Amino acid sequence: MRETRILRALRKPAWLCVALWLAGGAGQALAEAAPAGSMASVEGAAPGRIELGIKEYEITAKKRPVDKSVTKLGEKPEDTSTTDHAELEELQGPFHSGPEVTKACLKCHNKAGKQFIRNKHWTWSWHNPKTGQVLGKRYLVNNFCTNAAGNEGMCGQCHAGFGLTDSRTYDFHNQENIDCLVCHESTGTYYKLPPTRGNKACAIMFEGKPPIDFTKVAQSVTLPGRNNCGACHFFGGGGDNVKHGDLSSALFKPTRDIDVHMGEDGENFSCIICHVGDGHQWAGSRYAPTVKDTTRVKPGMPRQTATCESCHGLQPHPFTLMGVKLNDHTDRVACPTCHVPAFARGGVATKIFWDWRTAGRLKDGKGFQEEGYIQGNGEPRHTYKSIKGSFKYGENVIPEYRWFNGVERWITVQDKFDPTKPVEINHLEGGPDDPDSRIYPFKRMVTWQPYDKGNNTLVYMHLWGDDEDAFWGNFNFARAIRHGMEDFGLPYSGEYGFVKTYSYWPIVHMVAPKEKALACQECHAREGRLKNLSGFYMPGRDRNVWLDRLGILIVLATLAGVLIHGLLRIVLAGGRKA
Amino acid sequence: MALYKVKVFSRFERFWHWTQALLIFTLLFSGMGIHGFYQVLSFEKLVWLHVAAALSLITLWIFAIFWHLTTGNWRHYLPTTQGMGQVVRYYAYGIFKGEEHPYRKRFWHKHNPLQALAYLGLKLGLFPVLWITGLLYLSYGLWSQGPVTASTLQWVAVIHTFFAFLMAAFVIIHVYLITTGHGFLQHLMPMITGYDEVELTDAERAYLEEDEPGRIIE
Repeated sequence: MRETRILRALRKPAWLCVALWLAGGAGQALAEAAPAGSMASVEGAAPGRIELGIKEYEITAKKRPVDKSVTKLGEKPEDTSTTDHAELEELQGPFHSGPEVTKACLKCHNKAGKQFIRNKHWTWSWHNPKTGQVLGKRYLVNNFCTNAAGNEGMCGQCHAGFGLTDSRTYDFHNQENIDCLVCHESTGTYYKLPPTRGNKACAIMFEGKPPIDFTKVAQSVTLPGRNNCGACHFFGGGGDNVKHGDLSSALFKPTRDIDVHMGEDGENFSCIICHVGDGHQWAGSRYAPTVKDTTRVKPGMPRQTATCESCHGLQPHPFTLMGVKLNDHTDRVACPTCHVPAFARGGVATKIFWDWRTAGRLKDGKGFQEEGYIQGNGEPRHTYKSIKGSFKYGENVIPEYRWFNGVERWITVQDKFDPTKPVEINHLEGGPDDPDSRIYPFKRMVTWQPYDKGNNTLVYMHLWGDDEDAFWGNFNFARAIRHGMEDFGLPYSGEYGFVKTYSYWPIVHMVAPKEKALACQECHAREGRLKNLSGFYMPGRDRNVWLDRLGILIVLATLAGVLIHGLLRIVLAGGRKA
Repeated sequence: MALYKVKVFSRFERFWHWTQALLIFTLLFSGMGIHGFYQVLSFEKLVWLHVAAALSLITLWIFAIFWHLTTGNWRHYLPTTQGMGQVVRYYAYGIFKGEEHPYRKRFWHKHNPLQALAYLGLKLGLFPVLWITGLLYLSYGLWSQGPVTASTLQWVAVIHTFFAFLMAAFVIIHVYLITTGHGFLQHLMPMITGYDEVELTDAERAYLEEDEPGRIIE
């Protein structure tokens, strides 16, 4: 009892320090992280409603808004299937669990399992042949919740399988653990919970969920709609639109204004219209995006590429004076650069700044959270959480533009870096003189996160678990990092610090209708969107100062010359008359 | 030799002159906007204007070149030193004393030596450089992917812009010079009506009276 009181007394000044620091010094860091004008600014320490627990994934565990999106071009969704699964004898059940349903699926679709266990949604691992790096959620550290490795008990919620609690021991060959339903069910009543319960501080995630009617859900299977993909992908990084910026719950039922392809009043595309594929492998990658698709398209030619060009071709603009000039841009400028004028549109904000340094503050010995930001659709967002730290949000954010050739080099947990400079977690390669590069839009995530001060590497944190080391519950970085590193046999100096990191997320969704595409002068101007890109000449932005001075001098000297000449004529002729 | 009022600027020549003048002003105006000297119109509209005007001017020039060659009018622009000294002396000195212009227009030499040389420079120097760099600028997408890369565009732009400044200087001098001599209207009217006072030899007069009645008034 006395000990607790002392601890509390000790905590108070520490808390004050954090608050003062946030009000002062951090303001600079926060301001730096947010380009003026595009971000709403909310201080992490702003007082707000206090509540406990994690509830970011609430929407995915309740009934999701089910979309009737187009899954095959030119066909109504209900006409695409040759089978009504509800009438199949094999699916009459009754089923009581996911794996039971999977077994029934694999009885008829007897190659689907073999196909799917090669899929990234299952392996969480991908070898990049261009860089030789092994990437994937199983290994990488990002600058949101940092690492899935060691936290599968939580993060496995979005693994397309059942019961991924530890990727070191999980049987990645057991096809019966594939979760067919999460991608194929169409009732919106199926949901997944974290595979383990974690600390009691996170118990809210498991409370009050309606039971799943597995038989009904199994009979509803069809091609995936936006709600299937979106249940995970719209909530990456720890909540609605937290990670990507261009993938949010606003895309469950968007207008064409938010996304011209997915808008229900427009094309009403499902994700798989662009992310095409066969045999449970489909196109589109964040690790190796196709930045320049120069394959010539013939009408009706089947493509397995999720590029704009695969449908629109290389000369998408009409054959007019300006259309030809715009087509001229496609070799150097990626389509989304002009056609996604801003991301986090449609009322759902994205996290743009995350500060782990403030994580772990307590009230009455308990973790807490504050809602200090109201996003466009009226919903509050957390600006502070004891388990994660403080955040800033952005809506209608203007992207960062970079030359990019599709090659990303990641700082993995083994790679050393210089902590005195911001660390680019995924460094983008490319440049103006590289013919494979185009100017591409990105969301840049800025985070202060823990690192190994002795070894200058990123760290795995043990966040999730019902033990005395899990950060989410114990709020102790030292123990959480030591545990996280030890779990994977990684060297740890024993001393942690915080390092500023950047990560880049390609912005390609939320394509605006063409009338809202960027006007030329958004970039072709002295202070335009591309003012920070160097190494190439751009009309309207660049000029040679000396040439301008010389030119103006020539014109002014000419003007002065003729004026003096004319004046002399008038004066001298006038004198002669007199 | 005597002075006659003769039609020296044919209908095409006048059309060419004034259309070219309009297009050059359009190009100067839109070019300055694209270069970032002012922001009145959107970049898109400026580029449209510039490209449309440039393509029109190039089309006009193709006709003009054909016209020069087939009608023999190219001869008006042959450079000569004969009388050059007098003309230079006139603009530098005589003009202030109220002297008469030393040059008399002749049927096949309607420009004075300085004028002919200036126009020749314009047609063989200034215009072609602006054309070539402008076309390179416009067709950037076609050549920028090879060994010649993005940074080359800077030199195309620098040369194009520099010669555009020279073009502006030319326009200023050109407009100023028609205020000299017998005045603004005296210089302006021939380019509108086509008729100007020209010295004709007897043979030329006889030829015009016989074969091109209407070209010679008195």
